[in-house]
Amino acid sequence: MAAKQVIKRAKYKSAVKDPGVPGILELTIERFVFRPNDPKSTTKLNVEFKLIKGHKFTKDGSKQALLNLTQDQGGNYIFEFTNFADRDVCKEFVANALAFHSESGKTIPEKSDVPVNEHLSTAETEQRIKLLQENSELQTLHKQFVFKGILTDAEFWATRKKLLEQSDGRRRKQRLALKNEMWTVKPLSDGQSNKVTFNLTPEIIHQIFSEKPAVRQAYLNFVPHRLSEKDFWTKYSKAEYLNSSRNVSVAAAEAALDEELAVFLKRDDMLADEARRKVRRVDPTVDMQADEGDDYIHLQDHGLVHDEPKDYMESQYEPFRKSFSQDLNQHGAVVLQGRVLDAELRDTRSVAEAIIRIKQAELSDEVSTRNLERDISDRISRMAEMEDLQGPRDPAVAPLSIKDPRDYFDSQQANALKALADGSGGERTLKSSVSSHEAYGSLKNLVSHNRVMGLTEPVMSHEVALKVLSALTQNISSTKFHLGSNPHESVLDRLPKSTKDELLIQWTSVQELLKHFWSSYPITTKYLYTKVTRMKDAMSQIYLKLQEIKESVPSDFRHQVSLLVHPMLQALDAAFAHYDADVQRRSTKG
Amino acid sequence: MTPVSSKLYTDDVSLLVVLIDTNPFFWNSVKSNLPFSKFISHVLAFLNSILLVNQQNQVVVLATGHNSCDYVFDSSVAQSQNQRAEHLLQKLEEFVDKDESLCREESVDGQGFSLLSGSLSMALCYIQRVFRSGPLHPHPRILCLHGSPDGPGQYVAIMNSIFSAQRSMVPIDACVIGTQHSAFLQQASYITGGVYLKPQLLDGLFQYLSTVFATDLHSRAFLQLPKPAGVDFRASCFCHKNTIDMGYICSVCLSIFCKHQKKCSTCGSVFGQAQAQDSSTPPNPNPKRKTPMDA
Repeated sequence: MAAKQVIKRAKYKSAVKDPGVPGILELTIERFVFRPNDPKSTTKLNVEFKLIKGHKFTKDGSKQALLNLTQDQGGNYIFEFTNFADRDVCKEFVANALAFHSESGKTIPEKSDVPVNEHLSTAETEQRIKLLQENSELQTLHKQFVFKGILTDAEFWATRKKLLEQSDGRRRKQRLALKNEMWTVKPLSDGQSNKVTFNLTPEIIHQIFSEKPAVRQAYLNFVPHRLSEKDFWTKYSKAEYLNSSRNVSVAAAEAALDEELAVFLKRDDMLADEARRKVRRVDPTVDMQADEGDDYIHLQDHGLVHDEPKDYMESQYEPFRKSFSQDLNQHGAVVLQGRVLDAELRDTRSVAEAIIRIKQAELSDEVSTRNLERDISDRISRMAEMEDLQGPRDPAVAPLSIKDPRDYFDSQQANALKALADGSGGERTLKSSVSSHEAYGSLKNLVSHNRVMGLTEPVMSHEVALKVLSALTQNISSTKFHLGSNPHESVLDRLPKSTKDELLIQWTSVQELLKHFWSSYPITTKYLYTKVTRMKDAMSQIYLKLQEIKESVPSDFRHQVSLLVHPMLQALDAAFAHYDADVQRRSTKG
Repeated sequence: MTPVSSKLYTDDVSLLVVLIDTNPFFWNSVKSNLPFSKFISHVLAFLNSILLVNQQNQVVVLATGHNSCDYVFDSSVAQSQNQRAEHLLQKLEEFVDKDESLCREESVDGQGFSLLSGSLSMALCYIQRVFRSGPLHPHPRILCLHGSPDGPGQYVAIMNSIFSAQRSMVPIDACVIGTQHSAFLQQASYITGGVYLKPQLLDGLFQYLSTVFATDLHSRAFLQLPKPAGVDFRASCFCHKNTIDMGYICSVCLSIFCKHQKKCSTCGSVFGQAQAQDSSTPPNPNPKRKTPMDA
C-alpha cells in the first residue's frame, strides 16, 4: 500500500455552501495534499492522515459528491468531486489510510505478527475498486467491515482471489503484429544528384531480420568486426537497389567485387533449409505426388508466363537470380507467425541475436518434434478410420456443477416451513414389532392373490382419477403462482422487501464473519487472537440486529422469519461456544 | 436386443428402470391405506401403458427387498404380450421367497428398511451396459416407487449412486408411497434433475404415475411437472449414521462426523491438534484436572 497514490480533481470547501476552490487533491497513505489551480491562491493543504479521525460522504445520487475529512478537534476538510466515481475512489483510499493508521497505532509493538502490508500495484487497486463498484453486495460488505476496522482490506480480498483473477484475465492487452507491407525499396531520390536515400527504422530492421535469415547471420558475423553498423546498412541498401533493378548481370558483377555485397545479392540458402524442414512436417495425408505435376518451384519464375524472351543465363549468374514470389511467400509466412520478439529492443545486435535464439530453440525443441510426430500419426489413423474396428466410446459425461450456497439457504428454509405445515408426520410410525415370517407370508399371499385374480378392471374408479388430476393441476399452478416460474424463488420473496434485504445482508455478513472466525483457529499468533476478538464482537452485534428484524416484521411473518433466522443463530452459537471453550482452556493452562 | 438395435431411435424412446419397494414390514404396516395387491395392479397397468406409448420403449423392474435386490422383469427379453404380468408376478414370488430365506432376524420393529442403495446400483449397472451396447440406445431413467423410511446406514452408498447417476445424466424420479418424505430421494431427484412426488390420494396411484412419470425425457422440456417446495439436504454422519445439522468435516475427503475424531475413517488422514500449545505441554499428572481433550 505504500506505493499507492490517488490524484483527483477536486474543489476544497470550508463549508458545504462554499463555492469551493478548484484544484488537485493528491492522496498518499501518509498524507493528503491539496494544490489549488490558481497559483496565487493561499488555500494549500498538507495534512497527515494521522490527524484525521474520520470521514463522511454524501450519498450517491445527491446533488454534490462530497467527502468530508474530520479531525478530532472538530475541524474538517470538505472536498467536492466532479463525479461520484472519483469520490468513491478517494473514499476507499481514505478509509484504507485511516484503517492503516489506526491499526498501526495499535499493533506497532507486535509488528512481526502482522501480515506484511501488500504492495498493490495500481492495476490491482483499480481492479478492486472496479469490482466494488460493479457488485453492490460486495460493496455493502466492504463498507460494513473494512471501514469499521473489523476486517482489514487484505483479509477481505484474501478470500476473494478468484473474483480478482477473473477480472484480471479480461485485461490482457492485444499484441501488436508485424506490419503487413513488404519493405519495397522506395528510396528518396534526388533527381539532380546521384544520391539515393534509404530510411531504416528499428521496426523495419526487425522485419528484415525476421524475413531474411542470411542478412541476420551476416549482421552478426560482420558487425562490428569488419563493418560498422552504418556501413552494413549502406551495403544492404545498395544490394536492395541493385536487386530492384532486376539486372542479374550487374548484380553478379558487383558481387564479384565486393564480398559482403555478395551475401546480400545471393539467394538465401538458409531459407531453403527452413523450407525443406517445413516440407518434412507436412501432413502425410496430403498428397504431394499430385502436386508434382504442378511443380513450378523449379521452373523459371514459378511458371509464370513472361512476355520477354527467356534470356540465356550463364551459369555464373544462377545464384543471383531471385524470385519475387519466393519473397512474397516468405513475407507472408513471417507475418502470420507474428511478432516473435515482444520486447522493445533498441540495439540492433541484440534484436538479431534474440531472433536467432528463438529460432534455434524452435528447431532444437525435441519435445515439439515428438509431439508433432505423434500428431501426424494420430491424424493418419483418424483419417483412415474404419468403423467396425473402433473401440467402445465412453458415454457422454455431465460436467461438474458446484451450486451456489445461496440455493441451499433458500431451499432449506422452504423445507423447514413445509415440514412444519405437514405436522409431525414423521413421528407417527407404528412401533409395533412384526415377526418376519408373518410379514413375508402376507406379502407372498398378496402376490399369489394377484396372480390368481389378475388385474382389476378398471384399475381405479374414474372419480378418484378426476380428483387426482385436479389436485395435481391445482398444485402445479399454485406453486407456479406462488413461487413464480423461477424455481429458485422462495419463501424470502413473500416477505416485505425491507425485511428481505435486511435478512440477506445479515446472512452474508454472518457468512463472512464466520469464514474469518473459523479460519483463524487454531490460534497461533497474537494477530489471530486480536482478529478473533474482533470477529466475536462483530458477531455479538448481529444478535441484536436479528432480534430487531424479528420485532420489526408484522406478526403474520414473524414465525417464518424466526425459522429463517434460526440456522444463523445456531451457527453463531456454535462459534461462540467454541470461543468460550477455547478461552477457558487457555485460562486453565496459563 | 439385436432386432432393436438396428432400428433408429427417436428422441422419445425411453428405457425405464422401476425400483419397487418390496419390504414386507413396510407393506404390513400400511395394509389399510394401500394393500400391496392394489399397488401391484396399479404398477402393472402403468408398465403396460409405458410399453404401449412407444414400440421401442423398454421397461426393467427391480425389486428392492429387505435383504436383497433382484431383477424381476425385463421387457427386452422375449415374451408374449399376454404373459408379461404373469412373468413379473412369478418372478416376484420367487424373489420374496429368496428374500425370506436370507432373513436372519426373527422380528423387526416398525417398518424396517429396504435396500435402496443396492437396487439403485443394480439399475445404474444395467444402464451402463445399455450405454456400452452401441451408439444407438433409448434414453434411460430410473423411477423409484418407495415407501420404507430412509436407512441412515445407506447414506454414503446412496449418495455415491446419486452422483454417478448425475454424471451419466440419468434422472432419478421418486414416487413416495410411505407416510413420510424421504430425504434421500428428495436429494436424488434434485441433484439428477428428476421429479419427486408424494401422492396424497393413494387410491389414484395409477393416475399419478401416468400423469407425472410416464413422459419421456425429451417431452419433459415442454411440460410443467410438480416441483417440491424444498429439499431436505441434511446429511448423516459417517460414524453413527445419524442425521445431523452441524458437524465436523475432513478437509481431505469431505466425510462428515458428528464428533471430533483423531483420524478420518474414510481416507485415513490424521487431524492435527486443535491448539498448537496442547502438543507442547506435558501431560498433567494431577488427576483432578481434566486433560485438555476436545469433546
